Amino acid sequence: MTALSDRPTTHAPAVGSDVRRIDGPAKVRGRAPYAYEHELDSSPAFVAIVQSPVARGRVVSIDASAAEALPGVLAVLTHENAPRLGEVVEEIRVLQSATVQYAGEPVAAVVAETSEVARDAIGRVVVRYDSEAPDVVLSVDRDDLYAPEQLMAGFETDSVIGDVDAALAAAPVAVDVTYATPVQHNQPIEMHATVARWDGDVLRMWDANQGPHNLVPVLTSAFGITEDQLHVVSPYVGGAFGSKAFTHVHQLLAGMAARVTGRTVKLELTRQQMSSLVGHRTPTIQRLRLGAEADGTLTAISHEVVEHTSRNAEFAEQTATATRLLYAAPARRTTHRLARLDVPAPTIMRAPGETPGVYALESAMDELAVALGMDPVELRVHNEPARDPERDVPWSSRNLVACLRQGAERFGWAGRDPRPRVREVGRRLVGTGVAASTYPTRRRPSQCRIEAVPGKATVVSIDASDIGTGAWTALTQIAADALGVAMAEVDLRIGDSRLPKASGAGGSTGTTSWGPAIQAAAQALRERVHAEHGGQLPAGGVVVTGSSGPGEEVERFSMHAFGAHFAEVRVDRDTGEVRVPRMTSVFAAGRIVNATTARSQFLGGMTMGLSMALHEESVLDAVHGHFANHDLAEYHVATNADVGEMDISWLDEVDEHVNPLGAKGIGEIGIVGAAAAIGNAYWHATGRRVRDLPITPEAFFRGE
Amino acid sequence: MDTQITLRVDGADRPLTVDTRTSLLDAMRERLGATSAKKGCDHGQCGACTVLLDGRRVNSCLVLAVTAQGQEVTTSDGLAVDGQPHALHEAFVDHDAYQCGYCTPGQITSAAGVVAEARAGWPSAVTEDLVGDQVDLTDDEIRERMSGNLCRCAAYANIVPAVAEYATEQGVRA
Repeated sequence: MTALSDRPTTHAPAVGSDVRRIDGPAKVRGRAPYAYEHELDSSPAFVAIVQSPVARGRVVSIDASAAEALPGVLAVLTHENAPRLGEVVEEIRVLQSATVQYAGEPVAAVVAETSEVARDAIGRVVVRYDSEAPDVVLSVDRDDLYAPEQLMAGFETDSVIGDVDAALAAAPVAVDVTYATPVQHNQPIEMHATVARWDGDVLRMWDANQGPHNLVPVLTSAFGITEDQLHVVSPYVGGAFGSKAFTHVHQLLAGMAARVTGRTVKLELTRQQMSSLVGHRTPTIQRLRLGAEADGTLTAISHEVVEHTSRNAEFAEQTATATRLLYAAPARRTTHRLARLDVPAPTIMRAPGETPGVYALESAMDELAVALGMDPVELRVHNEPARDPERDVPWSSRNLVACLRQGAERFGWAGRDPRPRVREVGRRLVGTGVAASTYPTRRRPSQCRIEAVPGKATVVSIDASDIGTGAWTALTQIAADALGVAMAEVDLRIGDSRLPKASGAGGSTGTTSWGPAIQAAAQALRERVHAEHGGQLPAGGVVVTGSSGPGEEVERFSMHAFGAHFAEVRVDRDTGEVRVPRMTSVFAAGRIVNATTARSQFLGGMTMGLSMALHEESVLDAVHGHFANHDLAEYHVATNADVGEMDISWLDEVDEHVNPLGAKGIGEIGIVGAAAAIGNAYWHATGRRVRDLPITPEAFFRGE
Repeated sequence: MDTQITLRVDGADRPLTVDTRTSLLDAMRERLGATSAKKGCDHGQCGACTVLLDGRRVNSCLVLAVTAQGQEVTTSDGLAVDGQPHALHEAFVDHDAYQCGYCTPGQITSAAGVVAEARAGWPSAVTEDLVGDQVDLTDDEIRERMSGNLCRCAAYANIVPAVAEYATEQGVRA
């Protein structure tokens, strides 16, 4: 076994190749089991949820008798009879009191022999409410906006350097513009689903999530069980984008329903229920003020954010944190203020913070370039900071300028006429735009176990999660190289809470967290075999564990991936329809483990950014407080016909500081800035600056 | 009301008892253990449940199981013959035309339907020649015809070349 000798491996490295997904053949036939598809032979019962139409109030009475009388109904759970949950955060204390805090909050759950009977029965549960008018409208004029103690991920709420107002007042050229982004929903195509069963005092769940260990502390506390009494299995997950990161009410309802009925239960949220029960991206209102010298040198940056959170949770999205590092300027300020509204709790959605925040900053930079009469690529290059401008530490690596240059070259940016609304092809007005992208490089503590037995595939176990990222494949590649064997000789096990604890999939931290843990375990195996077995794997095999996590690099360096987006937009001057025939994006994201799946990640992010720019908006009904367009017919996501040519490339970036793998994470960088590039191209095409997303056809005919 | 029916799914006769309200999709997923077709919305909006019904693509969440008797239901799994992957299976893997894989079986059955429709000369909203015997499945035709299948991972730009490869093999793409 070459892995354990000092001789160089005879295998070509798997990392860096473009090997196809190892789970692909099963997925294309529909044979990879997602959450709902487990325990097919268990004669399961089915759970359906009764939701409150009231956004603020309390349940006065529940009459479940008609539902209970329906043949096939096993139980109706309400706050009056549901099992009491242990300590869990307010936003998921489901069926524990009569209080209603958002439209769509579960007030009862039916368990029945079939899904048809369960859904029939929920319509027969009669619930009476006392209600008040909900407060759901976000505005900058509210007198109850407040500064949270800190933002998500531990960021400071505000940052202030220098006298920003004086610098803005003194700036020869300045812009003062306000952007708004709407509520958006994650909308993974696999609806959130949980299969649950109690085997004695052990709770088993087959669940759609972004890492089984994410659920462990919540479920053990909620049900008063130990970690040994919980088993969460999630080998395949049908997309997530943040909505499956945290424990939501349906997982608790499934556990309760299984306990009450003693059955295996299946709970699949409906698409409509996902609008209120699994979170959303908070809406933002962002005021950007930029001051510059006539040559384009930024003298002041101010980015003030107002966004919402819910009555039952504080979700403080870190919207302006990218503004703290993207460009140099001596005077700088970022602030975040929240309004607590009668809405469901927001959650993370692909690049929470950076996605709405960089949209606003990069749109404002384009407006500044116009005010300066300067090329927007050159404006960005001109304000490139040598060090992190707020933390005053060096970059681990920063190649934004190279991304801009290479992107401009590939896109054909040179010679661009900066004037708006001067190009037409038939009925269509044509424009081009650019925007930068950035996303933090982080990792989280993770552990891995390796079991090596002569003549068998090496078992590599880690509770990682593949939500479509390609983790099954990328981690097998990393393990193969770390062990010095072919990929076929690696037996990877992920997506199971009984595997060694690892961080969840999210925040572009999967590969950067799990890869180094696998490498550490492989190194431990090598050392053990050398020290205790003379370099020869013993017949009985060896089991080792390894772990890895963030270290001093976090303090010493500012670590981020960067990218540049270029987009062409065509706007029909008769209908206002907006098309994006082509995008070019270039990324600097450290080491790329798998060229094929990485390209798909970038592509998916860019396309979701296009979708954000042109299609996505969840409309909160101001009177009733519910999301009015709560399905895929009315909440529009990009379809195949919305996407044109996508030109994707990346730099061969080597960053030895970020982690032993040298990877920066690629799940989010593709979406950040993409909507700004499209919005900027829309201005270039039409001369109209649309500052509230999405840019729908009617925007073209709106008064300025 | 329950009733006894027989569905023919992927070449096998499957007798079962269903509530008359049961959709073809739920009959497969909840009663037959045939989970290749996926549920993404249950309202005919996402296309994840697409199957071929006597060779034509349908959203199986919008078909009542009791009406599907006597027809051939084909899922993506059923496109495989003797355990061998279908050309579309291979094209989707080669082009990485998916990420999470959840919408993928629906994309693939839909693509099989698209090729059959093009061969039969069915025009789409972007077809120039409305009376031709056969439609040339250009990239724009594929984009238009595959737009009933949502992919939130947004593999669209990879799905188009995967379908194009199969369309070329099948002689419906110049």
